[in-house]
Amino acid sequence: MSTYRIQGATGEWEVVIGLEVHAQVSSQAKLFSGAATEFGAEPNTQVALIDAAMPGMLPVPNKECIRQAVRTGMAINAQINKYSRFDRKNYFYADLPQGYQISQLYHPIVGEGQLVIEADEKAGIPEDKVIGIERIHVEQDAGKLMHDQHPTMSYVDLNRVGVALMEIVSRPDMTSPAEAGAYVSKLRQILRYVGSCDGNMDQGSMRADVNVSVRKPGEELGTRTETKNVNSVRFVMQAIEHEAMRQVDVLEAGGKIVQETRLFDPNTGSTRSMRSKEDAHDYRYFPDPDLLPLILEDDFLEDCRNSLPELPDAKKARYENELGLSAYNAQVLTADVDTAKWFERLLAETAKASGKAPAEVSKQAANWLISELFGALNKLGTSLEESPVTPEKGGDLLALIAKGTISGSAGKQVLEIMLDTGDEAETIVEREGLKQESDTGAIEAEIDKVLEANADKVEQYKGGKVALFGFFVGQTMKAMKGKGNPQVVNEILKAKLG
Amino acid sequence: MTDLTELGVAQIRDGVKAGDFTAVEVAEAFNANVAAAQEALNAFIVATPEMALDAAKATDAKRAKGEDLGKMGGVPIGMKDLFATFDVQTTAASHILEGFKPQYESTVSQNLWNAGAGMLGKLNLDQFAMGSSNETSYFGNVISPWRKAGSNAQLAPGGSSGGSSAAVAARLAPAATGTDTGGSIRQPAAFTGTTGIKPTYGRCSRWGVVAFASSLDQAGPMARDTRDCAIMLEAMAGFDPKDATSLDMPVPNWEELLSADLSGKTVGIPREYRMDGMDAEIVALWDQGVAWLKDAGAKVIDISLPHTKYALPTYYIIAPAEASSNLARYDGVRYGLRDLPEGANLQDMYAATRAAGFGDEVKRRILIGTYVLSAGFYDAYYTQAQKVRTLISQDFQKAFEECDVILAPTTPTPAFALGENVDDPLSMYLNDVFSVPASLAGLPAMSVPAGLSKDGLPLGLQIIGKAFDEQGVLNAGLALEQRAQFTAKPEKWW
Repeated sequence: MSTYRIQGATGEWEVVIGLEVHAQVSSQAKLFSGAATEFGAEPNTQVALIDAAMPGMLPVPNKECIRQAVRTGMAINAQINKYSRFDRKNYFYADLPQGYQISQLYHPIVGEGQLVIEADEKAGIPEDKVIGIERIHVEQDAGKLMHDQHPTMSYVDLNRVGVALMEIVSRPDMTSPAEAGAYVSKLRQILRYVGSCDGNMDQGSMRADVNVSVRKPGEELGTRTETKNVNSVRFVMQAIEHEAMRQVDVLEAGGKIVQETRLFDPNTGSTRSMRSKEDAHDYRYFPDPDLLPLILEDDFLEDCRNSLPELPDAKKARYENELGLSAYNAQVLTADVDTAKWFERLLAETAKASGKAPAEVSKQAANWLISELFGALNKLGTSLEESPVTPEKGGDLLALIAKGTISGSAGKQVLEIMLDTGDEAETIVEREGLKQESDTGAIEAEIDKVLEANADKVEQYKGGKVALFGFFVGQTMKAMKGKGNPQVVNEILKAKLG
Repeated sequence: MTDLTELGVAQIRDGVKAGDFTAVEVAEAFNANVAAAQEALNAFIVATPEMALDAAKATDAKRAKGEDLGKMGGVPIGMKDLFATFDVQTTAASHILEGFKPQYESTVSQNLWNAGAGMLGKLNLDQFAMGSSNETSYFGNVISPWRKAGSNAQLAPGGSSGGSSAAVAARLAPAATGTDTGGSIRQPAAFTGTTGIKPTYGRCSRWGVVAFASSLDQAGPMARDTRDCAIMLEAMAGFDPKDATSLDMPVPNWEELLSADLSGKTVGIPREYRMDGMDAEIVALWDQGVAWLKDAGAKVIDISLPHTKYALPTYYIIAPAEASSNLARYDGVRYGLRDLPEGANLQDMYAATRAAGFGDEVKRRILIGTYVLSAGFYDAYYTQAQKVRTLISQDFQKAFEECDVILAPTTPTPAFALGENVDDPLSMYLNDVFSVPASLAGLPAMSVPAGLSKDGLPLGLQIIGKAFDEQGVLNAGLALEQRAQFTAKPEKWW
């Protein structure tokens, strides 16, 4: 149970939060038309006749959009409704050419499901928490009005009209901004794993309507407000925080919360009223007579299920249990699907190049990726996606370390050069002469010289001053210009010193 | 030389193929009739004589090269102005679409052009197909070529496909497309002594047809006789992946399989259609129809369609509900009329545009539809109407366990005078009482001219068939047609 409370003048208040997340389905074409869906295209260049609602044009469902909604439902362990139906939501606006949005009110394609947000002590989430998801339905997006193109007129861009959205409706199960933030992050993570939405919140591919109410602990639910179209995890948290405080202030001043739609202003972090329930539209929902009910067949459902990738929770558990990674590392590597994919390729390449089992090199690969490559890329201001070091090159490098061909510190040098030149690890090692000496004969010869030259210290060591071991290692490495395999050096020294 | 405009679809098709006359001669003859009648009958909103000629030339050229001329090769037709035609004004007879030239072609019209037909013009209709008399057209009403014996009073050609019915009856076209939402093919056919069939819902693609009520709208042919309807329906119908409600079934060879022998067939007579105070002439015609079908070898039985009396109110909830939503797109933003008063905001523009663009009947139905879908009334009206619609469908299913086709009058009266019902929407709506049930059930139904009233006006009989059994409907229609020997035509006064 979240311990998040708002301290009001009259005591503590609890916050109750439900989210409706709109996620744009990743598909080449729109929900009911063949027009493209690419982000950032010139206005009105991705508009089919039906998107412009020309007379007599008809919608035909795009199977790929339906497939992605079903796969998403499966990924949140939801009930998939074999029978669903499209309804029209009627209202007039210039960004809605048909005068109605095709949505699913009465029979959504996905029913009850859930996801788990992880414990995060610092954020005030003491333990893992299950958040219920009431439903997912698919619907059309609307267009965009542009008010800055002309002094007295507004322009309309219909590119987004008809793009497929999934509306993912949570239960009012969240009780703090942190939980809501964690929910949106987790949902985004799952969508990206499934590949049903790219999760680009800054491009509007994912946005949330935030329902907030407050109450005294143990009391009935309060009246809620809905803050529309919040487009980042941080803003979702800010909007909740602000809205909850505002509601507490209103209630403590003796006022009442009005059920209304509000807008979030990212510049001030506050919300303001958009319209109240009194001027709410009567949407006159009714089944779209242009579309037959959507019946999903078993084969289709099975294909959807078989196409699901390993999901984040399962992947994280596998990284910990099978690859022996720490919970922290497993968390970092599975946070985003692209990172996990990169890591798995790195692991496979490392194992292949070193001739070892993945579980033997997994920690090395995880540590290198997290503490070395991430840091280096960060410094370069680039991302894994654009990394000049590919998993193949990284795997070769790690294998050289694993096989003892180069030392760990030489490995750091190789990485730096590789980031700079993009050269192969082996090439760099050859060119820079970084190969370490593992030949016992050669090392033994050097050690003998060191022991001979420092006979007094050998005596002291044997007399009990064991801390001198490091000195002998240092002297040997120095004599070998740092190329001696430290492990071999250690072993031989130990043997010689008895 | 024969008057080519007296010929029907089959005769023109066969004559062109045989070389008895050229397609161009046919097109020219009909073009001349169209032009000569336009002022008096107002059947067309736009005439396209050059398109009819171009199609005819193409057919003649194909014939010269020995190529296949298509099912409708050399046949010029009228196109109801509800079908989008590429770059040719498409208005649904509404001011709000005046001047609108689609950059696309409806599937049905494209199918017809592919079959070798040519377009004489766009036919007048009731605005957005809402009406039974053609009086709701923004472009002036169509005047029926028929007149009562000894009267010069102007009569309604029926509606909404009134331009189509008048054009076929007056020999301005051998055939025309119609659309039927609650009777808009059958009622005008009955009023004008022409033949029209509404196929099973989904047979003809709705893609590119200006929508009135999507779950009911269905295109069909209107022509001189049953064979011509069969030919033209074959050309119009077919699965269309662009219409999600299109039937994914092959189109049968209706013409080839036509047979007036009804041996082994059972005809049902629905007792609920025999209403109190029904016009005696209509009752007599219906009885005559029963005798004709018996003569054709059919067994005739009484059947019951118990929910018939709810069909009309059900229709007048569902159709306006769908229409209120379908017509929301006419908002002045993207095409068609825009009325933007000085200083107007978006809402003002919507209001002004729609007030100026829609006629009274269209507004009435948008208001009804908006009302029945609104919060608090939805269940009482729309949900209830959907349930009744299911019951009406079940009535038919049950009846068709006992019979193959149903015989009924098409309309309760012969054609009425223009203006007679214009201020009384309810009695106007009553015109659809016999045609609406088949529409609600999505069944194929046709009207065949079967006789004349005492005033010399045409009367039609209706055949309703099982879903997908257009053949059964056409065959029964043919049996009636052969016995009725309906050869009357309006005396030319225009």
